[in-house]
Amino acid sequence: MDFILDIWNFINQELPIMAILMKITAIVAPIMLLVAYFTFAERKLIGYMQVRVGPNRVGPKGWLQPIADAVKLMFKEIVIPTGANKFLFLMAPLLALGPALAAWAVFPFQEGLVLADINAGLLYVLALTSVAVYGVIIAGWASNSKYAFLGSMRSAAQIVAYEIAMGFALVGVLVAAGSLNLGEIVKGQSGSILHWYWLPLFPLFIIYWISAVAETNRAPFDVAEGESEIVAGFHVEYSGMTFAVFFLAEYANMILVSALAALMFLGGWLSPFQGTPLESLFEWVPGIVWLFIKTALFGFLFLWFRATFPRYRYDQIMRLGWKVFIPITIVWIMVVGLAVVYELPWWFD
Amino acid sequence: MITTFKNYFKSLFLLELLKGMSVTGRYLFAKKFTIMYPEQKAPVSPRFRGLHALRRYPNGEERCIACKLCEAVCPALAITIEAEPRDDGSRRTTRYDIDLFKCIYCGFCEESCLVDSIVETSHYEYHFENRGENIMTKEQLLKIGDSFEPQLAADLKAQAPYR
Repeated sequence: MDFILDIWNFINQELPIMAILMKITAIVAPIMLLVAYFTFAERKLIGYMQVRVGPNRVGPKGWLQPIADAVKLMFKEIVIPTGANKFLFLMAPLLALGPALAAWAVFPFQEGLVLADINAGLLYVLALTSVAVYGVIIAGWASNSKYAFLGSMRSAAQIVAYEIAMGFALVGVLVAAGSLNLGEIVKGQSGSILHWYWLPLFPLFIIYWISAVAETNRAPFDVAEGESEIVAGFHVEYSGMTFAVFFLAEYANMILVSALAALMFLGGWLSPFQGTPLESLFEWVPGIVWLFIKTALFGFLFLWFRATFPRYRYDQIMRLGWKVFIPITIVWIMVVGLAVVYELPWWFD
Repeated sequence: MITTFKNYFKSLFLLELLKGMSVTGRYLFAKKFTIMYPEQKAPVSPRFRGLHALRRYPNGEERCIACKLCEAVCPALAITIEAEPRDDGSRRTTRYDIDLFKCIYCGFCEESCLVDSIVETSHYEYHFENRGENIMTKEQLLKIGDSFEPQLAADLKAQAPYR
């Protein structure tokens, strides 16, 4: 153990770039694995909700199914349409995946366990989740196909509308925490499960979560894909690995917004037993486990929504975003602001 | 006025959505209907219309008397029959072909048969590997009939009251 630590210290001091690359790998590799098994969980769970069993043939109980899917996609031909802009066509998947992974740089997995502890972490995350829309727009445009273009236009309008509601919901969080640093936001919630921001910011919590579902283009807001109307939306023309990268980006984004919801409203790495007699009993559990459980809860909700709700009509999505969410968030930001100014006991004293 | 308010309340607090989620949530734990096909198989009705067969009498004589009713009734024209008197003077087929690509498995041949000769067995797991294998000859059909005879007799007996 000491030997490994020595090597790590040596690398850290002599080869800082190497150390950073190793840290990035340590974040990205588990996320990729998580994405693979998230797709498996989705197929299984939706299968169960539809009273069937889902994939169960590849490997024991179907556990190798995502690996088989990945291998299949890697060996498939990448078809580039004749009318497509080749450079942008190949760039788009990377533009979709890049921000989804880059946002993890400021994500605190535990106290002090963060790649880049920057002050404006929340702003950085907001910026990167917005950049992801370029991947979708460019994919739709570069494909030179009407369905892809329709899908990307829908996606662009939808993401712009929900970005605002989501941003306002997060403004509420930063007013409450008094900081843009994600680690500080979590620390501001310490106390007990009732101190977490889901309670004082409950409407913002719900709106953030619904906007997050809309932002990631997931059911019931999946008009950008809309397989029954416009085939597969922005990625109709993509095949093989280029499609797989879009797929990865979508699921990586889902995990990201789930983890952010856990961080900002459910107290991140904090133990849910804090402030109760059970606290000392669960002290041995590392914070990252609590964070994982909370993230998994939101991931489960994603799949549950998809198994339950039919797709929203396009104008309904717009109405919900502009005429319902934005007014409610603005009102609640004012409420939170007043609570902070007058130091409402329990949360903001 | 009150209904408007009620509807507003309902949609604002997402009540209908929660109701929908409770339904799918319940079904998450419901018993699954899936049959694990190669290991488990769905029960087969005695009326099941699978692969065809020609039957024989218990003494080994083939039943078919070449009346050609099945050929006439077949909506897909899948059956081809040629017949001649045999040496002992009885009327028998010299050729009885069923093209399984044309066949739509309607069971009319089985229904029209006066002597319960042409039948459809409950066997449904078969395939062809070469061109031409889809045409079942008289010999093949008789052989299938021989191998499924106990089952066929039981199925016919079970169906007898309804025919």
